[in-house]
Amino acid sequence: MKRLRKFVERIVEAIFTLSGGITTLAILLIIIFLFKEGLGLFNNPAVEKGYALCVNSTNPIKAGHPLSPQQIKQIFDSEITNWEEVGGRDEEIMIFRFDEIFNLYSDEELGENYEFLPQKLDDVIAQNPNIIAFIPEKYIPSGELNSQVVTLHTPLIKPSDFFGGKEWLPTATPAPLYGALPLVLGTLWVSLFAILIALPLGLGVAIYLSELAGENTRKILKPTIELLAGIPSVVYGFFGLVVLVPLIQKTLHLPVGETAFAGSLILSIMALPTIITVAEDAMRNTPRTMREASLALGATPWQTIYKVILPYSASGIIAAVVLGVGRAIGETMAVLMVTGNAAVMPHSLFEPVRTIPATIAAELGEAPAGGVHYQSLFLLGVILFAMTMIINLSVEFISKRQIGKGM
Amino acid sequence: MKKLLLTTVIFLSVLFIAQSQKIKGSDTMLPLSQKEAESFMQSNPAQSVTITGGGSGVGVSALIEGTTDIAQSSRKIKFDEKQKLQEGGKTVKEIIAAYDALAVVVHPDNKVSKLTREQLEGIFTGKIKNWKDVGGADLKIIPYSRETSSGTYEFFKEHVLKNKNYVNGIMSMPATGAIIQSVSQTKGAIGYVGLAYLNKAVKAIHVSYNQGKTFVEPSIINAKNKTYPIVRPLFYYYELKSEKKVKPFIDYVLSDEGQKICTQVGFIDLK
Repeated sequence: MKRLRKFVERIVEAIFTLSGGITTLAILLIIIFLFKEGLGLFNNPAVEKGYALCVNSTNPIKAGHPLSPQQIKQIFDSEITNWEEVGGRDEEIMIFRFDEIFNLYSDEELGENYEFLPQKLDDVIAQNPNIIAFIPEKYIPSGELNSQVVTLHTPLIKPSDFFGGKEWLPTATPAPLYGALPLVLGTLWVSLFAILIALPLGLGVAIYLSELAGENTRKILKPTIELLAGIPSVVYGFFGLVVLVPLIQKTLHLPVGETAFAGSLILSIMALPTIITVAEDAMRNTPRTMREASLALGATPWQTIYKVILPYSASGIIAAVVLGVGRAIGETMAVLMVTGNAAVMPHSLFEPVRTIPATIAAELGEAPAGGVHYQSLFLLGVILFAMTMIINLSVEFISKRQIGKGM
Repeated sequence: MKKLLLTTVIFLSVLFIAQSQKIKGSDTMLPLSQKEAESFMQSNPAQSVTITGGGSGVGVSALIEGTTDIAQSSRKIKFDEKQKLQEGGKTVKEIIAAYDALAVVVHPDNKVSKLTREQLEGIFTGKIKNWKDVGGADLKIIPYSRETSSGTYEFFKEHVLKNKNYVNGIMSMPATGAIIQSVSQTKGAIGYVGLAYLNKAVKAIHVSYNQGKTFVEPSIINAKNKTYPIVRPLFYYYELKSEKKVKPFIDYVLSDEGQKICTQVGFIDLK
């Protein structure tokens, strides 16, 4: 009998160890997966994969002047119209996209399996010394044909393009721009103001609930606030889009209502229940003896609150803030609906911004698995992960120091 | 007894799989395919059609991988997608199921009611920033776009912007409904939506593709007689090998009955 019990205990122990191990392993695997997918981005050329930019061999641009992704984009958007601007000779740029070949030649002329396509492309490029052609690598005229066509060397995507770039145009052809800076700043911007709004409000409510409110008020208020946490974020987003956005626009006379401010407001409402519940629990955990000692020494209730209860529950309050920030930074749907999702560098609170989670949610659906766009979204995920990790670590550090000081 | 039950279940499921077909792709076409499939299955109870969205690109790559029978796409198949299909030894057939017109919409209070393609290009690429430059009030223009994942985004870019990129930092909304909502509550807004979504909350712009000689109102009639320029075909793609399997459904969509459904869900039928 005793043996059996021991055996069962062993098994239970093993199951617990195993579940702990599996969880850790799963988390590690997810992180490794995230990094693996994300860091692959820098092995890709700046021009769309499988395509190349070709110019006429008489064009002096080929000599050691690799075009930057920004320049390529500006050329194909007709913002740069002269070769001189990118270091060539004074000549107008002629843009040639691959699809245009089908307007110039019929399918018969190109052959059944496009075997004459390189020849025709060669003709086009040879005839136009000022051309820049965006064509599949497969059809670059080669061999004996390769008389007048020069393929521009395209550099790989650099980390500075990603982390320092200010333009997020992941589907631009021929050179997509993956500048994550506006997205990172947008996320921080919205979260920062969300927490600035939510923190004083949340702390106030927590103090009221734990110290000042009567038992009956508390019994009604607390479940109501906890109920807020159960509302799906899409509902918050819809509420924000239909009620908050027009309200902000009208009262502040803004050209647009979808702003960082709308996002911050919604996020602060969403973070409030977490902050209130956790902070309130921490405050109520202050031992009765400490409270009574403070009051017995002649301190007023208010003095007791900020000299005794707040310092005692500091680590709990900080935990509340972290959970709140975590919710704000990672929140996707509500923000996606109210911030306007414009990938611009945030200058003020009353302009549209685009956050990292909203970007991932909106774009991952169409990004082909394993492609460059897909990898860039994973790298955004890595940034988000790093951001939350830094916050968690720093808070742990702060709360440890606080406890040390209090002892 | 148990064995018999098992065999029946297996037999039935095999039968079921054999007759079920999968359609995947464009979200724009989702309501159309769903309606078509519903009434198709009603008249052919033995057939089953499953439809999933995800975007035109998702549908085509599923076709390349062979995980769907039909890909629905709101844009023409791209050249490199065609290449991939060829590499996999697959030949696809393209069927135009219906047409969809895009309407450019503004806030109902906006004085501007007609724009040329060049003006639209200027607005969405950020060259034109104020409504007074196109004959309206002195008000900042706020262009709204769909997210990059939508075929509508691509189509508008190709067709109206002539492949130029949207202005950096354009407002991008996750759904057509959100565009209508935002445009209806923002004075300086301009956006584009499928014709089927037009309602009184927004004003549709008359568009000119011939430098302002004629401006055409977006409507089903004008799209049908080809005077309205921003019209796109909606495609079904399937592999030639599985033609026998998908033919009944495709035929149903192209039949009079199927085309009637197209108009019901707000698209333009083929006739």
